[in-house]
Amino acid sequence: MLYFHYIKVIIQSAMEYKASFLLGAIGQVLVSLNGLLGIYFIFARFHIIQGYTLNEALLCYGMMLLGFSIAQCVARGFESFSQLIKSGGYDRIMVRPRSPILQVLGSKFETNRILRILLALGMFFYGAAHCQIYWTADKIATALFMIVGITILFMGLILLGASLCFFTIEDSGILNILIHGGNEHGKYPIDIYGKSMLKFCTYVIPFALVQYYPLQYLLNRTSRWEYGLFPLGAIVFLFICYGVWRFGMRHYQSAGS
Amino acid sequence: MITMEHVCKSYKVAKRNAGLREACKAFFRRKTEIIQALDDINFTILDGEIVGYIGPNGAGKSSTIKILSGILTPESGVCKVDGRIPWKNRMEHVKNIGVVFGQRSQLWWDVPVIDSFELLKDIYSIPTSTYQESLDELTQLLNLQELLKTPTRQLSLGQRMRCEIAASLLHQPKILFLDEPTIGLDAVSKLAVREFVKDINRKRNTTVILTTHDMQDIEALASRIILIGKGRILLDGTIADMRLEIEKDNPLHNQQDNPLSLEQVTARLYEKLDIV
Repeated sequence: MLYFHYIKVIIQSAMEYKASFLLGAIGQVLVSLNGLLGIYFIFARFHIIQGYTLNEALLCYGMMLLGFSIAQCVARGFESFSQLIKSGGYDRIMVRPRSPILQVLGSKFETNRILRILLALGMFFYGAAHCQIYWTADKIATALFMIVGITILFMGLILLGASLCFFTIEDSGILNILIHGGNEHGKYPIDIYGKSMLKFCTYVIPFALVQYYPLQYLLNRTSRWEYGLFPLGAIVFLFICYGVWRFGMRHYQSAGS
Repeated sequence: MITMEHVCKSYKVAKRNAGLREACKAFFRRKTEIIQALDDINFTILDGEIVGYIGPNGAGKSSTIKILSGILTPESGVCKVDGRIPWKNRMEHVKNIGVVFGQRSQLWWDVPVIDSFELLKDIYSIPTSTYQESLDELTQLLNLQELLKTPTRQLSLGQRMRCEIAASLLHQPKILFLDEPTIGLDAVSKLAVREFVKDINRKRNTTVILTTHDMQDIEALASRIILIGKGRILLDGTIADMRLEIEKDNPLHNQQDNPLSLEQVTARLYEKLDIV
């Protein structure tokens, strides 16, 4: 498949710069370890926050970080989309007979996120083993939906940020508040931030659909199994972002000669 | 066949004076100006022609190429390339064109050239037999044997340009857009590129649209010249027509021992037409 051919060439290129790859990967892990230590110290002091234990928070953060890292890894081309517009790279994309989305996805792949994905997986499995969850098929499905939903939600936000570049040319960074803020605050189940935050994350930017609600079912706090399907709402969100992208594409004015 | 009828395109351009203070002012109240990049452009180009598209900087050359290659949408007018509207049937259209931007690379920087070619084979879904035939032909004509295994970033500009041109022809397009293909090249590489463009035009009957400021490129390649200035087409003819245009004001040039060089003719023509 063409996408994997793109990725092959990118990995080949990254291997040309081994030191850069290693330092980048280590840096990424240190940042996330820092977040992990933060959680650990807070729970060392308070033991339980809004009824959640350390292990439950680790499970939550692991899934959030996993989805976030996968999205960043795959959709990196959209995260740095303003460069592509400014350098004229998008013109090149337009003269090739493939969908622009596929080509932008194929333009970048962040190989140094690999270590962070492993760290996130570690947290997830540790939390999953220590949370007194009886892993039946529906629980496994819920966890999978959550990880996929989180990934899709972050991809949607990244795509939305890229779409704005069609109008602003320079990256406005406004969506970074939601992208990085989402990852940062998504460490904890959203209800610890209060009712209005939960409402915002349910109806505006649907973080709660992929995190808080299905987590309630996963952790046996509710018997409403349908909460496990809420992450699928992220697909709707992605479609809305795709619509904005299409709209932006029609407004494209090539930059410079 | 390429036709453009009454094509217009304008841009909004931000205007401000130099300096930080002005930049801050412009942040709050931006003065914009509408620039008419293309103003009623008409021409027809037949299959197999080599057309030199010339004009001073900012005349509208790039805008025309971008419309013809499906990147930009004009405000009004009709543009058809082999019966297709470039920006509406983008996918079908770009399968049949090759584009070389002399100032930008289309190859992947850190991998050997042949790896870039293989990826292009997949992007354009070129059948293996066609690809092999194309690759052999281009390798021979452009003398690429030694270069294919070298990463792009280690090529000289002349070597890279040869690879860029090959990359844009792998899928055997019917139309080739060359945007300043000889910019910055040494004499040997320039001659090689010109020779090659002639060859490929003869062998594949490829239509070539060449934009350049190098009038020797034009003289060597183009049988027809389209001159654009301030968004309008001002001359559509041959090099002889350009000379005629100058000489009809000043017949003395005819009798001079040293006739004007092509560069001088072009410069005078730009001045006469007041498009500099």
